[in-house]
Parts: sequence; structure tokens; C-alpha cells
Amino acid sequence: MSMARQAEPAVDTPPAPGPKRTDGRTVRRPPALRLLARPEVGVFLGAVAVLVFFLFTAPPVRDGSSMANILYQSSTIGIMALPVALLMIGGEFDLSAGVAVVTSALTASMLSYQLTLNVWVGVVVALVVSLAVGVFNGWMLVRTGLPSFLVTLGTFLILQGVNLAVTKLVTGNVATDDISDMDGFDQAKAIFASSFEVAGVQVKITVVWWLVFAALATWVLLRTKYGNWVFAVGGNKESARAVGVPVTFTKISLFMLVGFGAWFVGMHNLFSFNTVQSGEGVGQELIYIAAAVIGGCLLTGGHGSAIGPVFGAFMFGMVQQGIVYAGWNPDWFKAFLGVMLLGAVLINLWVQRTATRR
Amino acid sequence: MTDHTTGTLGAVPQDTAPDGDRPLVELRGAGKSYGNIRALHGVDLTVHPSRVTCVLGDNGAGKSTLIKIVSGLHQHTEGEFLVDGAPVRFSTPREALDKGIATVYQDLAVVPLMPVWRNFFLGSEMTKGPWPVRRLDIDRMKKTADEELRNMGIVLDDLEQPIGTLSGGQRQCVAIARAVHFGARVLILDEPTAALGVKQSGVVLKYIAMARDRGLGVIFITHNPHHAYMVGDHFSVLRLGTVELSADRSEVSLEELTNHMAGGAELAALKHELAQVRGVDTEELPEEGDLQAPAAATPEGKS
Repeated sequence: MSMARQAEPAVDTPPAPGPKRTDGRTVRRPPALRLLARPEVGVFLGAVAVLVFFLFTAPPVRDGSSMANILYQSSTIGIMALPVALLMIGGEFDLSAGVAVVTSALTASMLSYQLTLNVWVGVVVALVVSLAVGVFNGWMLVRTGLPSFLVTLGTFLILQGVNLAVTKLVTGNVATDDISDMDGFDQAKAIFASSFEVAGVQVKITVVWWLVFAALATWVLLRTKYGNWVFAVGGNKESARAVGVPVTFTKISLFMLVGFGAWFVGMHNLFSFNTVQSGEGVGQELIYIAAAVIGGCLLTGGHGSAIGPVFGAFMFGMVQQGIVYAGWNPDWFKAFLGVMLLGAVLINLWVQRTATRR
Repeated sequence: MTDHTTGTLGAVPQDTAPDGDRPLVELRGAGKSYGNIRALHGVDLTVHPSRVTCVLGDNGAGKSTLIKIVSGLHQHTEGEFLVDGAPVRFSTPREALDKGIATVYQDLAVVPLMPVWRNFFLGSEMTKGPWPVRRLDIDRMKKTADEELRNMGIVLDDLEQPIGTLSGGQRQCVAIARAVHFGARVLILDEPTAALGVKQSGVVLKYIAMARDRGLGVIFITHNPHHAYMVGDHFSVLRLGTVELSADRSEVSLEELTNHMAGGAELAALKHELAQVRGVDTEELPEEGDLQAPAAATPEGKS
């Protein structure tokens, strides 16, 4: 019987493959296709297409100052789209991101005004509050195992209500008081909401922050341990945990990162408009999520980039301002966005299917 | 371990250990209850370096619970769990990894969308540079991953390809190579051949033998007695949450093992009844008495 042979350890039976160079089963794909497989390439082409479209249809866009304005518009979306994209790569999303911006601005504004403190106190407290909201979201998610949709929908509603109610309670109004003559306002404005001149064009400082954050996020995502963990917890949480990735820490810190983004944009809004409308921010969270998805981040997690959402946010800013410069009715903006979102998702899908096919 | 009964608590004289060395991992009468459900009880198991301990059992026999205890995903609720002779109780898989116990799971060994080299080092990344700019040492990681994979006889064209594009067998092999590289002393393999074809199973079995030859203690969980018998040194058959058979390779034949695995003991007991039913062929079933030889004949519950 073959028993005797079977009883031998299997190690000597299969022929050792030997140190050959390759396994010869994968053909090296052409560079163009490999480039297309990158998550940010689809959206880059889309952004170029939108830019070219408006350069032709809306002549004022060709002017430097309008371009600066478009970039500014993009940056306010883009700064939030970055952490939202990282969170999405990590497998979650945050519906409270839009109102969290307003919560942060309200905290800073009301605290400094009502207690007549230096605005920096308000700014720091607002940061703590924003991070705490992130910790709450992340902690609830990790502890309960509920989907992030439900947890952050809850936070979204809570914050929306709190924003309105507390503002009315404290100021008797739906908006906060003007803080532009308070101590430290000018310093804070210089950091969060100033502008500088480049070749005769006024450029808002948020554009610089946006690009700095994007570069930082890209580096962290692709070149650090933490970035590796983000991809891993989004790609397969259980595997990540089994090989020793601190899943809880990664998820909570990602939500805190969104909190940080909300704080930054909140401070920008506060120091550029001096007051805050407590009912604002609703619906913005979907814009951020859309920018991240257009930017090639997989809604289910595990795939994406930090550069993609930069182009995603640019497409948004471009369309929003481009419609105005083209002299069309701005009511069309949202419809345009919807078409763009669907188009981008379909292109991404197609690109990934063709480019990753073996 | 001839004729030792399952329920026996306490130190069991080690089975024919090759050189009498201390077991890497030892379970003594270990068990686990989930609420009022006793998933596992009275399990003795030892793992020695350079030996493959096979754990066999049908679905629901308690195999998964057993490895979850050893790999640190769950904690035992009764009995003892010793690593290097010292009692331990892991609360995370990280602690088990730090003790050199690595687990390769059937379905969750890897993150499919991530490149092979990132998967290889996931959770134990190599870095360079001081803190604020501490970054992944990508070149070194790729080189090491490639070397380790080649040492195990796995040659890949492109370590950048997502690991999800590899075949199931290749993925298991990458996971095994990873465990070996990170200094695992005990390798737990959770049904590595369950979802694989015949040839791929052979490849995985080869790597099990290779890991054993590199001095690792291997716990090989399977429900395929043929695969187990090809590489195993010791066999434990689980049934209903406890050990039904615990025997060295010298004490059991493939045939007996297969019979045990196939629920042979139960079927043999039913032989006369089955014989009455038309269309059930009982000719090949062994007699009940034939199966008792090395088996732990005691029913459950003596722990």
C-alpha cells in the first residue's frame, strides 16, 4: 500500500523550486496601466478635465485672482477632506464632521467673548473639545462595535442640537458676538485666516495649510508605521488585530484627526468672519465624504490616498466658483456635483478594474 | 502517552519526547466556558520543538476554541496553560506573539488589498530615523521579505502586488514565512489546507515540514487525517469539546486515525443498527472493539 510512502514527511516529495528569479506567471503590466492603478490618478484626470472645461467656458477663470479664489474655496473643503479620507481608508466615516466644525468655532468664540479671555484660550479649549468629540466617536465605535454610520449620525444630531441650543442660551441669538476687537485676535487671524501676495495676487493662507497637511498626510500614510496600520485596520480589522496592530488606538486616533481638522477649519471660519452662525455646517460632512470618494478612497476602507482628496476638493472648488464665473445660475451647483460624484466613482471603478486585472 | 485517559488532571508524563526536553507549550486539563456552554474541557496538549502536534476534530469539536486560547484571543476558564513551564494567561494576541507563539489563521491571515511586503511586516514594521521623522525602512523590508520568502521556496515576481491577488496556498505560505521570520517558536496553523486544492495543500504541508525542521513546534489543526498523518508526530482528536484520542505516530495508523476522525467510534457503535437499514454499507466499518486500543475511551466529563 502507499501507506509507507505517505508516512514519510512530505518534505522530500515536492521538487524544490530553486532560486529562480521570478515565478513567471505574472506579466509585468505596462507602466501606463500601473500608473492608472494608483488611487489618485483617476481624480487627477478628472480635475484636469474640469479645469480645462471652465478655462474654455468661463473666461474670468483664466485670471490669477479668480484662480486664487478657487484654490481658497477648495482649501476649506480640502483641509477637512484629508482627515475624512484617512478615516475612510481606516474603514470608517464620520457624519458629524460638518457640524463639528461649527461646534469648534462656537466654543472658541463664546468662551473668549463671554469670559473676556484672550482668544487663544478659546482656541485651545476648542481644540480640546474637538479632539474629545473625536475620542467619543472612536470610543463608542470600538466599545459597541456599531457601524460608524450610526454612531456618528448620533453625534451629528447631538452636536447640531447643542450648537443651536447652547448658542441661543448663551448669546440669546443664533449667531455669536463679534470677537474681532479682542486680545490675540490679530495673532490668531494671521495663522488661521490671513492672506499673502504672490505675483500681485492675494492668496489665502489656508491654501498653504491645505497643501502642507496633504504632504504630511501622504508621508504618514505611505512611509510610517501608523500609515501602515491605517490601511490594515480598514482592509481587514481582524487580521490586523491578530498580527498585533493596535486597532483600537488607530481607529480612535483617526477620529481625533477628524476632530483636529474640524478645529482648524472652525478656527479659520471664526477668524475670517469674526462671528459664527450656529446652524451652519449641516450637509458639509457629505461634501467632505464626496471629496474623499472622488479622490479615490474606497468607501469600505483599505484603499486610497491623501493626494486624491486634494484633487477631489479642487474639483469641488473649481465647479463651485466656475459656475459663478461662467455666469450660470449657482443653483445648478449641487446637480453638477452629483453628476461629478457618480462620474468619478464610475471612472475609478473602471480604472481599477482594467488596471488591476492580471 | 499510551492509554492515559483524557480526564486525568495534572502533570502527565510526557509522551515519547525525543530527548526529554521541556515542552514549549503545555495545556493541562484546560477548558473554556462561554456562559453556560462548555466549549472545551479537560484538554491536555503538549508542543515540543521540532515536532508537529496535530489537532483533529469535526466541526464544533472545539478546535477553534483551543487555538484561540493558545493564541491569546480568548482565555481559558479552567485547567492550566503553561509556556516554557510557567503558567500564563494572555489577554491579547500581542502577548502570545511576544512569547513566540504565532498563529496563522485560515481566513484572516492577511489584509488582501495591501502589498505583499507590507503584509509581511504588518504589526512589526522596520523603521529608521529618530522619532519625529521615524519612517518605514521600505528597502530593507522588501529585501528581507523577499529573502525570507525565497528561503521558504516562495518566489514572487512583484512584492508590490496586493496579497489578495496571490492564491490561497501562497497566502498561507507568506503567513507561515512571516511567523518563522519573527522568531516564532510555536506555530499554530488553523486548518491551513481546508480551502486549498490538492497540489496547494501539498505545498503548505511542505512548509509545515520546513518550519518543523527549523526547530519550531507546530500545532497543526485540520480535519483531514491524511494531511495530518503526512507531517504529524502526535495526534489529538477532539470530540465534543474534549480529547477523544491522544496518540503518538508510532501508536496509531492512518486508518485508525481516519476512523476516529470520521466519527468511527460512534458509527461502529451504531453498526448493528445501521446494518438493518437498506442502502447503508457497514461492511467497511471497524468493530467497536478495534478502535479502543490507543483511544481514550472514557467519555467526557471526568475532568
